[in-house]
Amino acid sequence: MSDLQTLIERAKTAADKSDLSISTVSRKLFNDGKAIARLEAGGQCTLKTLETAQERLAVLERETAPGATEAPRPDGLISKTQMTHLDRLEAEAMHVMREVAAEAEKPVMLYSVGKDSAVMLHLALKAFYPSKPPFPLMHVDTTWKFREMIKFRDDLAKRLGLDLIVHTNQEGVAQGIGPFTHGSQLHTDIMKTQALKQALDLHQFDAAFGGARRDEEKSRAKERIFSFRSAGHRWDPKNQRPELWNIFNTKIRPGESIRVFPLSNWTELDIWQYIYRENIEIVPLYFAAKRPVVERDGTLIMVDDDRMPLNGETPTERMVRFRTLGCYPLTGAVESNATTLPGIIQEMLISRSSEREGRVIDHDQSASMEKKKQEGYF
Amino acid sequence: MSNVALTEKDDVIEYLAAHEHKGLLRFITCGSVDDGKSTLIGRLLYDSKLIYDDQLAALESDTKKHGTQGDKIDFALLVDGLAAEREQGITIDVAYRFFSTEKRKFIVADTPGHEQYTRNMATGASTAELAVVMIDARRGVLTQTRRHSYIASLLGIRHIVVAVNKMDLVDFSEKVFREIEADYLEFAEQLDFESITVIPLSALDGDNILTKSRKTPWYDGAALLPYLETIQVRANLSETPFRMPVQWVNRPNLDFRGFSGTVASGSVQPGDEIVVLPSAKRSKVSSIVSMDGDLDEAGPDMAVTLTLEDEIDVSRGDVICAGQAPAEQTDQFAAHLLWMSEDKLYPGRQYFLKTANRVVSATVTELKHKINVNTLEHMSGKTLELNEVAFCNFSLSAPIAFDAYKDNRRTGSFVLIDKRTNATIGAGMIDFSLRRAQNVHWQDLDVDKSARAGAKHQRPCVLWFTGLSGSGKSTVANLVEKRLHDMGRHTYILDGDNVRHGLNKDLGFTDADRVENIRRVAETAKLMADAGLIVCVSFISPFQSERRMARELLADGEFIEVYISTPLEVCEKRDVKGLYAKARRGEIKNFTGIDSAYEPPQLAEVDVDTSDVPAADAADRIVEYLHAKGYLDG
Repeated sequence: MSDLQTLIERAKTAADKSDLSISTVSRKLFNDGKAIARLEAGGQCTLKTLETAQERLAVLERETAPGATEAPRPDGLISKTQMTHLDRLEAEAMHVMREVAAEAEKPVMLYSVGKDSAVMLHLALKAFYPSKPPFPLMHVDTTWKFREMIKFRDDLAKRLGLDLIVHTNQEGVAQGIGPFTHGSQLHTDIMKTQALKQALDLHQFDAAFGGARRDEEKSRAKERIFSFRSAGHRWDPKNQRPELWNIFNTKIRPGESIRVFPLSNWTELDIWQYIYRENIEIVPLYFAAKRPVVERDGTLIMVDDDRMPLNGETPTERMVRFRTLGCYPLTGAVESNATTLPGIIQEMLISRSSEREGRVIDHDQSASMEKKKQEGYF
Repeated sequence: MSNVALTEKDDVIEYLAAHEHKGLLRFITCGSVDDGKSTLIGRLLYDSKLIYDDQLAALESDTKKHGTQGDKIDFALLVDGLAAEREQGITIDVAYRFFSTEKRKFIVADTPGHEQYTRNMATGASTAELAVVMIDARRGVLTQTRRHSYIASLLGIRHIVVAVNKMDLVDFSEKVFREIEADYLEFAEQLDFESITVIPLSALDGDNILTKSRKTPWYDGAALLPYLETIQVRANLSETPFRMPVQWVNRPNLDFRGFSGTVASGSVQPGDEIVVLPSAKRSKVSSIVSMDGDLDEAGPDMAVTLTLEDEIDVSRGDVICAGQAPAEQTDQFAAHLLWMSEDKLYPGRQYFLKTANRVVSATVTELKHKINVNTLEHMSGKTLELNEVAFCNFSLSAPIAFDAYKDNRRTGSFVLIDKRTNATIGAGMIDFSLRRAQNVHWQDLDVDKSARAGAKHQRPCVLWFTGLSGSGKSTVANLVEKRLHDMGRHTYILDGDNVRHGLNKDLGFTDADRVENIRRVAETAKLMADAGLIVCVSFISPFQSERRMARELLADGEFIEVYISTPLEVCEKRDVKGLYAKARRGEIKNFTGIDSAYEPPQLAEVDVDTSDVPAADAADRIVEYLHAKGYLDG
């Protein structure tokens, strides 16, 4: 029997065993559904095509052998380059960061001290290793962040030898703006949104990395990885640049800027899983501990310093942790016993309550994030 | 995601270990709003238990406001993100959604179905490995089904799931399903798919989504989700030759020089021979550096940093290729182009072309044919409009390394960028290099431009006079030439009207023809500058893009834009040729300033208004400029 005849017989047997039609097998072996029929009718093919088909058939036979589907493939067949979903997300984020470093005039990484920022910074360290990330970190400090966040931030920047810019809206400070006296909306607008615009203008950054993810909120699901801002920092959802393949158009005119979201395709679980896998250090506030809290409108608020007015309330020590971090008066704690990463992840999987629940500013109305973003909120 | 009770820490660690090894499938859903596409995604998210309780609560209140599904939960509201869309009840952008099962994580690009959103679908398809094409069982294969399938095929998707939805509305009839299946398979013969799987389902009720439905006993295939969990889609990227576009040169100190990029295809190990394009310098990989230690091998899609054994020059924009199988290089190729802008494509106009890591200038030299995305018919055409697809020839300002798109999506793709607005306006898929590019070599000449100019004791340049008809361009240009001639300089005038009698007599006054008109004149001026002449070009040249093209054709400092900024009222009052009067009467169409735009220069080197300054003084000013800048030295 010639090689060709043997191949055809084997292909037919494989088709029977695997419940595939002969044309499907033909397509798998020759990229052509009619090739086997043609060869059977006396057609010819090149030696190279025959060899390729023989190799592919061998793989197919292994796959369709009884019990083969569940069994791990023998060593050597599993390539070291097989990537898991986390590997893919990691590589995509590194690609995005390198593209910005190569094309932007003056990039910056917005560092909020939270877990997403921790992951983003870790990815930057990886993307440029052995160089340090070729851009500074910038934290917009509202002066109302948890004290532990500030300590963590300063220690980390020092230990890694990174260039850290801390910006506070001094006009806001002079006016005494704060969440207790002026309410969450005004505070967030002046100390966060306006402060960020000030800082970007002051340093003339033309690209700023942010840790936002598309799974956080519906309007974010449609934001691009490279999101353009007019000279006034406004976002126009109708005028976004299409992003095809991994080609990113980074061209801007003077005064315009880009917000870049390397974690766009990550979910909350991905973030935790990656922190666990890579052993990334995060602010201890994410872990449960005894902390002094008061309960307001069903939300547990931690009394982090004496600026918090207590209307006859007595703070109680409760075992709590935070699912997101921001300004302490605006960040609700959850009761928890999770003192380890697996514990946190376990709670997350069970609780099934989405992560922004603890963030007071998102509750307004469901289209609120889209409005905020058009106005320049990150 | 599994929802098993996780009570012990060990369970969590085990769970994490299992989920850490999940693969990733990126797919796109296409179909029109009415086919229930968003409902299907909402259903997948819902059923995979990723919709959190408070999002569900928000959903219930949204449903009361906009819901279209009576008392049932409207899953589409979960995925239609932007407020404007929610009110109109349509999906107008690409939304990326995530869900995950025990076997895989999924990234779904949810794209709109209408023809005016073809570009959005293409965007979603460009990163997808599989497409779910929705068909309404009551309507069968429609024009839009063909369009979606064609776009998926064009963008290189090789696996198709045809979801025949709303089977509940046709009583789960096998006959209806089989007819649709046969119709689709017949049509899809013309397209390039590796696998096509047709599944009957009801997204609203959940039939054949997670598990096989009892209502379709005649269907012997898998339910949708189990199918998506197991299908093998990853093209054999590891079998294609190694390619890594260099994104960033990593130089922390003088002792380390690494090249960072994402592997586009193939794999590489230390010791492998590589060749760098376009320089064609060869070396071997010395190490694959990562923060977690050096790697033994790097494969497709990995973001890595390579060091080489030899100190060869490599920079951003280069492509590191397998030594035995390098990519092709060309500055002229044929490609399929999808147009994504409201502004038309004009052959001859210059655009930026960006590949994975490189930006060059490019023009479409010939629009071979357009493709009707609904019928796949070839049509002729001179320009390309939003959402149209064409097969075109391209010419680039510098050669790029590439592979055919069908062989390699990463090294065969590019986007076009508008030079004025910076918008991404086209998506291209390279088919093949045009043989001309390989065969026509530049003739190296012994007598070059500087030698010719030196013999004339001048520096060649092009004075580009632009302005409205009747602004005084030709008058001033004539005076300038006369002054230069009197000084013994070597000059030439290219005048709009005169050139239209000869070189450009085949061109009319449509926007497309105006672009070509300017291109030819710019090329002619370039040849003359190359001959060492000082060239005066007197052309209305209303568009910034074409003036920029002319500027970029010439060497730095050789292009001098002279804006004759005489206002429209003055030009119209002069009306030396009586053209304004005719245009006002509607006897001439596309007349600049009347019914065709003039885009004034932003940064002209010289700006004169002949309603202010007599023509002779204007000419003096221009000659003075040439003196001051040293064009008349030598």
